[in-house]
Amino acid sequence: MAALDGIAADLREATDADAVDGVRPSVVACPTTEDEVSEVLAAAAADRLTVTVRGAGSKLSWGMPPASCDLVLDLSELDEVIEHQPGDLIVSARAGTPLSRVQQVVAEHGQRLAIDELVPGTTVGGLIATNLSGPLRMAAGGVRDLVIGVTVARADGALARSGGKVVKNVAGYDMAKLIIGSFGTLAVVTQAYFRLHPIPAAQQWLTIEAPSAGEAADLLAKAVHSQGVPSAVEISAAPGQPATVAVLLAGTERGVEARIGRIRELLGPSCQPADLGAARLPEGGIRLKLTSKLSAVAEVTQAAVDLGFSVRGSAGAGILHAAADNIDLPHALARLREATAAAGGAAVVLDAPTDLKRTVDVWGPVGGLEIMRRVKDQFDPDHRLSPGRFVGGI
Amino acid sequence: MSEQHSDPRMSPTTANSPDPQDNSQEAQPTAYGSVQAVIERLRASLPAEILVTDRTSLRTYECDGLLHYRVIPALVVLARDAEHVRTAVAACAAERVPFVARGSGTGLSGGALPHADGVLIVTSQLREIRSVSPEDQRAVVDPGVINLQVSEAARPLGYYFAPDPSSQQICSVGGNVAENSGGAHCLKYGFTTTHVLAVDLVTPEGEQVTLGTTAPDAPGYDLLGAVVGSEGTLGVATSVTVRLTRTPEDVRTLLAGFRSVEDAGAATSAIIGSGIVPAAIEMMDALAIEAAEAAVSCGYPAGAGAVLVVEVDGPTEEVEQEFALIEEHCRANGSFEQRVAVDDAERAAVWRGRKSAFAAVGRISPDYIVQDGVIPRTALSQVLRRIEELSAERGVRVANVFHAGDGNLHPLVLFDDSVEGQGEQAEEVSGAILDLCLEHGGSITGEHGVGSDKAKHMPKMFTATDLDTQQMVRCAFDPAGIANPGKVYPTPRLCGERPGRRAEPHPAQAAGLAEVF
Repeated sequence: MAALDGIAADLREATDADAVDGVRPSVVACPTTEDEVSEVLAAAAADRLTVTVRGAGSKLSWGMPPASCDLVLDLSELDEVIEHQPGDLIVSARAGTPLSRVQQVVAEHGQRLAIDELVPGTTVGGLIATNLSGPLRMAAGGVRDLVIGVTVARADGALARSGGKVVKNVAGYDMAKLIIGSFGTLAVVTQAYFRLHPIPAAQQWLTIEAPSAGEAADLLAKAVHSQGVPSAVEISAAPGQPATVAVLLAGTERGVEARIGRIRELLGPSCQPADLGAARLPEGGIRLKLTSKLSAVAEVTQAAVDLGFSVRGSAGAGILHAAADNIDLPHALARLREATAAAGGAAVVLDAPTDLKRTVDVWGPVGGLEIMRRVKDQFDPDHRLSPGRFVGGI
Repeated sequence: MSEQHSDPRMSPTTANSPDPQDNSQEAQPTAYGSVQAVIERLRASLPAEILVTDRTSLRTYECDGLLHYRVIPALVVLARDAEHVRTAVAACAAERVPFVARGSGTGLSGGALPHADGVLIVTSQLREIRSVSPEDQRAVVDPGVINLQVSEAARPLGYYFAPDPSSQQICSVGGNVAENSGGAHCLKYGFTTTHVLAVDLVTPEGEQVTLGTTAPDAPGYDLLGAVVGSEGTLGVATSVTVRLTRTPEDVRTLLAGFRSVEDAGAATSAIIGSGIVPAAIEMMDALAIEAAEAAVSCGYPAGAGAVLVVEVDGPTEEVEQEFALIEEHCRANGSFEQRVAVDDAERAAVWRGRKSAFAAVGRISPDYIVQDGVIPRTALSQVLRRIEELSAERGVRVANVFHAGDGNLHPLVLFDDSVEGQGEQAEEVSGAILDLCLEHGGSITGEHGVGSDKAKHMPKMFTATDLDTQQMVRCAFDPAGIANPGKVYPTPRLCGERPGRRAEPHPAQAAGLAEVF
């Protein structure tokens, strides 16, 4: 580690607590500036070290364990909201900044980054790496629709930017799209610009029960296709319980009040205002992400519930999260791959005990894998960024 | 195809325009193969009637909506199905010959400008709407399908396709995908990239792949996200799965007259600042209004220094509230006349002036350049003042039409090419406006694309490393550099090269035999 020894960034020996999904690194680097990130990566390249980037570490075990991890690049000290321009509805923050801090800063001007913090503690970088989205996906889109510019440090340490700080911009390839959801295998995000939305003057959840997820199809269809423009339509279901459909209305005080009446008329009198709290992933040691065309969401949810999963997700976007403990994962996954494929989507294991993950193909079939491998070869020719964590062993 | 250019967007003979073909040829990493060989291959494998080789017919395709760059291609393939496209690209790949894809040819940055020693693949005959599924909010369409036809097919079912570029009556969905097209309503609804879920793509190596799924978040890298807006440099789409948007229950449109662009800008800020996200906020200045009046008699408020067109849509109860607030903000910021369009006919009348603006400028000037730049919206009045100063200093008139809500400016730089030197002056002012956008942290293009026209400006917006890194994506898709070469990036990256800063280790070190000190 000759090159690494000569750098300015803070280095320390790794401990067991730094293990990435069971793989223990030898060293942890804690850069405090983008230049230090660049320096660490350049040194790691010279020393041919494998690197896993870490923010809060809240989703570090997601995906496959890395085949090798010499160095953990800890970005938690790269935490700063750089620029908030309320008049332009944009904010930028460094990768290690907790999402909650960003929200706090922009909320002072009645704004928000319209994405749910499904995993408490998530940083900006972790959000981008894992492409998580919750109920607001329906109204505001996902991470891919909210990031307007990104700066990354390449595997060789070079800093590169794409996009910018204006929402409307078609100059150059939209590299951010490739980085979003890449699980730290292409490059290291150092900062990002996001577009913001105003916090609505009024918001209200309404919920209604259905005997089962499968029988919620009609309610979901009515809510999703309503001209009442729900900001979210969620389904949650678990074995042995009725399913719940939740609809979020947001807008002006008087507008929301009137629309509550209309949605209740549409879905039935048992549809009632409810306080749902912050959106979170369902609990369980095994976590799956299931995607589906809108008309098959109820069916896919039911299939997961029948296999023992608790499910919650956006029926308005077609993205579900399922969680369970103690299930036959290979069997369940095969069944859910069938169900989601028939529904125009996919089933991915986000997280599970390491040994269990090794018994299945966590990512499943992927369209365009050959090109993905070539993208990886371009950005990380030595395959040193979390090798093996991503699709097809990337 | 040339008759499709209903808007004479530009003078055919602007002086001083660089020859993009020369640029691309000198910068190529390796020499191209023989287009004659491709022609021979395709004569053997494609129907004769879809191959165009005679010079007169080829001339039809020498430019797109940006008329002052013209190159006659060696061969045009009028593909009728996806297999024709694949066959044509595969032949180009086999012979290492450049190809350019073209939809309706309405692009404004020369993205579909042909290559003289290459093949132009026209997808406008692939025009079937394969499915419309309101229950899934999806439609699957061929790339040649016209943007507006998607909405027409979906509207009876209560849906529409949200991206609405001004050319939506003639531009194709394939072109929208290539350019990541916007439109007046992307302020609220987002650009093409938000509304495309999957494409069948013929890669530059001639292989057919499907990127994305009907559902969002297909596993793996978001290659689709990179392809949308890549201006035909990463492959050719042969099928597109789009998102359909529920038609709003209510739409209301306000036309507000102001004494000055500053007042109209202040009203825009007040509206956005109050937490409303209108479907659209459009602004026109006095010169643009004069042109629109001359062309379509839109009857905008007399004596206005600027007009705003503000549209809100959604549930009736929300629209009512927001609209009242918007009217208030306009009045409070000096609007002296306001008109409300309450039905489709009145709305069309309000929009007529705005939508005709580019073409209308032809009524007040023999020649003009349509510019497309973006600034942070809050810099609007500052930048407009500078444009006014530039215009006065150089004696070049500039009409301003823009998407005020998102800071996307479309200055129309007027000139008379029959007067010596005016073309050059107009080019200079047009370039200076882009510099202004960059000074304020903006972009050199918000929706027209980089194409042939603005590749030279890319180094002002991005560092050499930025550009090099972005082009790694290109190398993954198109290592031979044959897909629409010379567009977007001024200097192609040599795909065999390894990234600049990486040093090869000593062989002994690589073998684990030595440490380097």
